[in-house]
Amino acid sequence: MITKQATADEVLITRIACGDRAAMQVLFGRHHVRIFRFGLRLVRNEQVAEDLVSEVFLDVWRQAGKFEGRSSVSTWLLAITRFKALSALRRRKDAELDDEAAAAIEDPSDGPELAVQKKDTSDVLRKCLEGLSPDHREIVDLVYYHEKSVEEVANIVGIPENTVKTRLFYARKKLADLLQAAGVQRGWP
Amino acid sequence: MMAMSKSMREHQEPGDIEALLPWYAAGTLNVRDSRRVAEALERDPELAKQYAVALDEYAATIELNESLGAPSSKAMQKLFAAIDAEPARPAQAVSQQPGQGFGARFTGFFEGLSPKVLAWSASAASVALVLQAGLIGAMVAWTPGGMSETASYPPAGDVAPAARAETVRPAAPPAVPPPALVAPPPAAVQRSAPLTRSLGAESSLRAFVRFVPDARASEIAALLDAYQASVVDSGKGGVFRLQFAAGQISKQDHDRLIARLQNEAIVGTVLPAP
Repeated sequence: MITKQATADEVLITRIACGDRAAMQVLFGRHHVRIFRFGLRLVRNEQVAEDLVSEVFLDVWRQAGKFEGRSSVSTWLLAITRFKALSALRRRKDAELDDEAAAAIEDPSDGPELAVQKKDTSDVLRKCLEGLSPDHREIVDLVYYHEKSVEEVANIVGIPENTVKTRLFYARKKLADLLQAAGVQRGWP
Repeated sequence: MMAMSKSMREHQEPGDIEALLPWYAAGTLNVRDSRRVAEALERDPELAKQYAVALDEYAATIELNESLGAPSSKAMQKLFAAIDAEPARPAQAVSQQPGQGFGARFTGFFEGLSPKVLAWSASAASVALVLQAGLIGAMVAWTPGGMSETASYPPAGDVAPAARAETVRPAAPPAVPPPALVAPPPAAVQRSAPLTRSLGAESSLRAFVRFVPDARASEIAALLDAYQASVVDSGKGGVFRLQFAAGQISKQDHDRLIARLQNEAIVGTVLPAP
């Protein structure tokens, strides 16, 4: 099923390279939500994330002819999104970034406590996931939500495959620490 | 001590199988690695416990991302507004579509060229055309001897004012003796007059002349000049009616002139004309 989808995506890209707007609409409909969510997790601003979606697909419209099929279309889209998200983050003021970083750090301490009071471990886990650093958040999302392989994550993030494995391992350990700090024991590590 | 222990734990490198657990949970491992992890999970309870944790993370991450919502329709509107504002798609991608004819591809090729390239190409083509025309003209006009056969453009000495001066002398007697009285110089070297003369020197002495096919324009011009003749009519079959500025001459002189003309190398046939 995944293979069929990937093949269809490549066909759409070929048609887009020929200026087919209908193919563009189909590809947009198929991927824009995941692109939005991936971007939102990186930039943490809905308006910026929405602008990212338009920019990413506009790049697809312009660059479709250069797509060589070395990776899947969804991997290509995520790589473009990541590049644009980081560019958008760089454009924002340092003060804004500092505030957001502080908020990100504060989240797990406040959120999980409230969640623990509700005795809802799932809520605590989600809060802790939001409290991960951008690098860790990114790799967790790519592996668990976007279901990318080791090779594909390495392609999107631009790091070696072994670094992908160790980075996710440390992200999970950081998550365990945040959960432990919130009073949740999971039995690992 | 506790901090040190924590630090050591943080820098602990994951085992080969342990590092693959998240991908095993997501179902994105290849067959070989998937089998390795499955076998390891069967024999290692600690690893199985960690796998259960990874499954929780997997579910929570999906749940978290799904709660993020979706972009508004403005994203799509903005995208297609930007696409509409894009310059026209280069023709090369379209032209590569199968089933298109040569004409469409030919048109597409020129549509794909920038205005600057088109302008330079047109200029280069114009220069090439002019050079080609000049080369062909030179090949046609010049003989191996270097003499032009084109009769319509007189040499430098055959300027138009000289010819006109002759035409405005309607009743003046000829400055030179009649051709019958003076042996004409070789026709080939007589090239001082234009080919076409006026009808000003009225005379009753006329003749029909047909020149040989290979007669050159310069030779005909020299002959006309030598005999003080002008072409007054050109009929079918290459026959010209010449008028001689000799005035009234005797029948004998007339016959002698005809006979002399007949002996010219470039004259094929001569007959008295009314």
